[in-house]
Amino acid sequence: MKEELHAMRLSAKERIDAADSPRALEDARVTFLGKKGELAVFTRRLGALPEGERPAAGALIHAARAALEAAFAEKSAALTARAEQEKLLAERLDVTLPGKNPRFGRRHPMSIVLDEVKEVFLGMGYSVAEGPEVETTYYCFDALNHDEHHPARDERDTFYFDCRTILRTQTSSVQIRTMERQKPPIRVISPGKTYRKDETDATHSPLFHQIEGLVVDEGITMGHLKGTLEELMRRIFGPRARLRFRPHHFPYTEPSAEVDLLCFACGGKGCRMCGNEGYIELLGAGMVHPRVLRVCGIDPQRYSGFAFGVGLERLTMMRFEIPDMRLLFENDMRFLLQFDMGGSRP
Amino acid sequence: MKLSMNWLSRFVAPPCSAREYAAAMTMSGSKVESVQRMDESIENVLVGKVISVETHPNADRLFIARVDTGRGEPTQVVTAAVNVVPGAWVPVAMHGSVLPGGKTIKAGKLRGVLSDGMLCSIAELDLTAHDEPTADPDGILLIDPEGRAMTPGEPIQDALELSDTRVEFEITNNRPDCLSVRGLARESAAVFGLPLRLPCPPPAPESAPGALVTIEAPDLCERYTARLVRDVKVAPSPRWLRRLLRTAGQRPISNIVDVTNFVMLEYGQPLHAFDYPLLSGGRVVVRRAKAGEALRTLDGQTRLLTEDMLVIADDTSPVAVAGVMGGEGSEITEATKTILLEAACFRGSSVRSTALALNMRTDASSRFEKGLDARMTSEADARACELIALLGAGEPDARETDVWPVRREKVSVAFDCAAINARLGTDIPDADMARCLTAIGCEVQGGEAAIPSHRSDLRIWEDLSEEVARLYGYENIPSALPAPRVSGAITPLQASRARAGALLRAAGYSEMLTYSFAGHGDLDALAMPPDHPLRRALRISNPMGEETSLMRTTALPSLLRSLRRNRDLRNERALLYELAVTYHPRDDALPAERETAVFGGYGKDYDFYCLKGHTEALLSAFNAQDARFEPQSAHYAFHPGRCADVYAGERHIGTLGQLRREVAEGVCACELSFEGLLAASRPEPRFRATPRYPALLRDLALVADDAALCADVERVIAQNGGQILESCVFFDVYKGAGIPEGKKSLAFSLMFRAENRTLTDADADAAVAAILAALDKELGIVLRA
Repeated sequence: MKEELHAMRLSAKERIDAADSPRALEDARVTFLGKKGELAVFTRRLGALPEGERPAAGALIHAARAALEAAFAEKSAALTARAEQEKLLAERLDVTLPGKNPRFGRRHPMSIVLDEVKEVFLGMGYSVAEGPEVETTYYCFDALNHDEHHPARDERDTFYFDCRTILRTQTSSVQIRTMERQKPPIRVISPGKTYRKDETDATHSPLFHQIEGLVVDEGITMGHLKGTLEELMRRIFGPRARLRFRPHHFPYTEPSAEVDLLCFACGGKGCRMCGNEGYIELLGAGMVHPRVLRVCGIDPQRYSGFAFGVGLERLTMMRFEIPDMRLLFENDMRFLLQFDMGGSRP
Repeated sequence: MKLSMNWLSRFVAPPCSAREYAAAMTMSGSKVESVQRMDESIENVLVGKVISVETHPNADRLFIARVDTGRGEPTQVVTAAVNVVPGAWVPVAMHGSVLPGGKTIKAGKLRGVLSDGMLCSIAELDLTAHDEPTADPDGILLIDPEGRAMTPGEPIQDALELSDTRVEFEITNNRPDCLSVRGLARESAAVFGLPLRLPCPPPAPESAPGALVTIEAPDLCERYTARLVRDVKVAPSPRWLRRLLRTAGQRPISNIVDVTNFVMLEYGQPLHAFDYPLLSGGRVVVRRAKAGEALRTLDGQTRLLTEDMLVIADDTSPVAVAGVMGGEGSEITEATKTILLEAACFRGSSVRSTALALNMRTDASSRFEKGLDARMTSEADARACELIALLGAGEPDARETDVWPVRREKVSVAFDCAAINARLGTDIPDADMARCLTAIGCEVQGGEAAIPSHRSDLRIWEDLSEEVARLYGYENIPSALPAPRVSGAITPLQASRARAGALLRAAGYSEMLTYSFAGHGDLDALAMPPDHPLRRALRISNPMGEETSLMRTTALPSLLRSLRRNRDLRNERALLYELAVTYHPRDDALPAERETAVFGGYGKDYDFYCLKGHTEALLSAFNAQDARFEPQSAHYAFHPGRCADVYAGERHIGTLGQLRREVAEGVCACELSFEGLLAASRPEPRFRATPRYPALLRDLALVADDAALCADVERVIAQNGGQILESCVFFDVYKGAGIPEGKKSLAFSLMFRAENRTLTDADADAAVAAILAALDKELGIVLRA
């Protein structure tokens, strides 16, 4: 009987292996495990055996049944899984088709750079101050120590509404408004629109943007001005950014400096990008003139400060290698979508 | 300021190349714009002496010149010029030579005859008839040796004294003293720590004052020095002088004029020469112009003078506008025999306003404007006379007339090393600081520095700190960061802007950047009526053009212009936004600068309801709970059937819609007052418990008149749904089969819920019945059959 059982299990395994559908598998199961199946024949034969052999034979039959049931269950699970897999494959998508992009809008490149500048200064304890674009000559010139004949006041350079109201030519006007409002310690930046009567070309625009910086406190030095601007430019242009401070003249700072950035393209040797100078003029800065402090009611004997004004257009153009300022004001989608979050097409 | 290095070397000798010199000067504050060699790129052009000239055998208009170029064998050159004669000295561009501009010359055959180079004209050497006054501009340059021993074969740069370097400086307004060779020499000596030689001819003894010069306006003329020069012989200047002027960018003209220009460049002191016999009364008066006086100036223009203008006059009328330009009537000509040489110190602001009023800024006026050192007049006069004598151009009078009513006191400034170090963040030893100040001409003694008269920009100790810093070197100041004493923060307004921007970008709008200017044309294009309040705009008195002459009162035109440009560029879709400023005039105050969120666009799948949805999202992001939209059919720019006004409570805060076809086809846009949005913003919400009992849903399909407004239906539903009505959401509008003509079906999904119990169907049905009754009664709206 043992051999017969074994032969049956072999033949059952063949049928299970060959079954390629749940139906074929069920047929096979009935053939072997059904009430009239092959295993049932063995069970019926038990009674014909001598009593002493029955327990052993019964155990054999039981073992065979367990083995067969397990084999059928396993095969059944495999078939179900395969069927499920086929069903899913039938629902297949072309995953290389484009997704449903929510098409976010982008920040203007100038905003990207401005946001970075703000972040740098917020981290250094500065606040963001604001002031009007339509400004009086007092805040834009007089209080900033421009004498009454200073060329910047010329009608060829400055937009006037009447003899004392203008479009501010520099965000330095906010220095004065800040110092009138607030006493030291002062740490502010003031970004904003500024206006000069320049014809539009690749490097000029009658409307442009400046970021003014002002620090007034006890013990502020020219070294602090240098360190602060160096930190800013490293954060905007990377750790290799190098600055050059040159003496210059502004009415509202003493000492005054012009600050140049070492040309990335040539490393200072001189090339087309930097007009053969090796450096690119970046901004004006200096120690706040004592007269300016005094006008605002701050004692220059006790306090000192530094100020700087940097053109946001220039920073942006250098940062993103934008060759022409006009591109910044055209609002061409093909331009705007290049920045902020990569360059995917609309 | 263009500086000749040859000229500079008369006073100081920087021990380095011109490039290194330029770099050091730039770092000390005298920024160098360019460095240019004056004999740039000339190579292998030699002086030759013409031996013979023959006609070309095969060409009527060509000649064969044989020239001694110092090489034993004569050089044979074919030329078309007719002025070449044996014995003449000529420039010969040899085979393989390079001319200014980079042109190279090679040997070749001209009609069968070898030409081993080229004879040059002045133009080919980049010279003009002013540089070489005897040259024939159409022929070969026949070099006038002007007393110099010429040698065949020597480089043309040497023979014509062309070797020089021009260094061009950008001089800042506070340093008019550096607008001169002597000033730059002083500065160079200080920068390089070199000895300085500034020779000065001894001033002439004074003649009796008043005979030649009277100053009637001492407030506008600090000093006036004059000298007569007799037996004047007007002729070209010698080559060395012409070359220095050329490098300095000044055109040589004739000896007397050249000398006045030369001294102006060397000292920074403008001079003027009058033809003395033409001055009626034989003297000059420095006075204000009288009403109605006029002067024909050297440029041939007749200038009407006003009483605030300073003039130099003779006994009858003005002969010069002081510090600006001389008169034609007393101009130096070839016939001039006696001149009066003027060196004066006029008040800068007066010269500036006069030059501006007459619209004639000159070299002289731009120097006077910045304020000159009155001490210079006599020195400059003496130098000019020395040169005139040297050139044999005339006989200067032994005496000068010098009228100098009030001499300024010497200025001293407190010099405090510790304060300067504290300002710079440095640790410079006192002695080094003193050395810096001495180098620029200060006399340092005790705690004081006496300022030289040419440095009127040094008036407070902070000015001295800059002098120390720039000579010490800005690059040597150690960098540091100030200790943060306050925490940085942005204001709620600034945070709100960032939030609005982020939201609009999430809705698909990209940020644009537009000009604040506008023109009436922009408003016309919007079809804005002529009397509309937004037409009242701030007007720029000196605009770039008519279309940029106003400050915008609405940002809508800025958006539409950018969208139109995108359309013109064939961009299929454009959604743009800006938090823009608009400008609104106020009486007796600076204008109100109001921020407005303007956004909109065009493209596939972008329509009114997209725009409205984005507007709603923006309102809800700012928690503007009582905002609502009302149809607006009378807006000048928007489609009458597709426009809504946005209100927050009773306040109108914006308008949105589809633009009229003629304004901007296919464009939807919204302009929302940012201030209004913030004012409508409710406080940040606090936690509210989520519902614990289930809701009941009821969908209502209603039939209403075509003109009925969803908002009205929603209002009636809200008012009549009772406490248990939690929400009412519109979900469909339908017209067509099954709906009568002139009607539409509106579908709403209503949600009922009680806070404290599970609702029954009966509760909901009762609420719905109340709603339907009210809809029928108030709006004539019924349930769809």
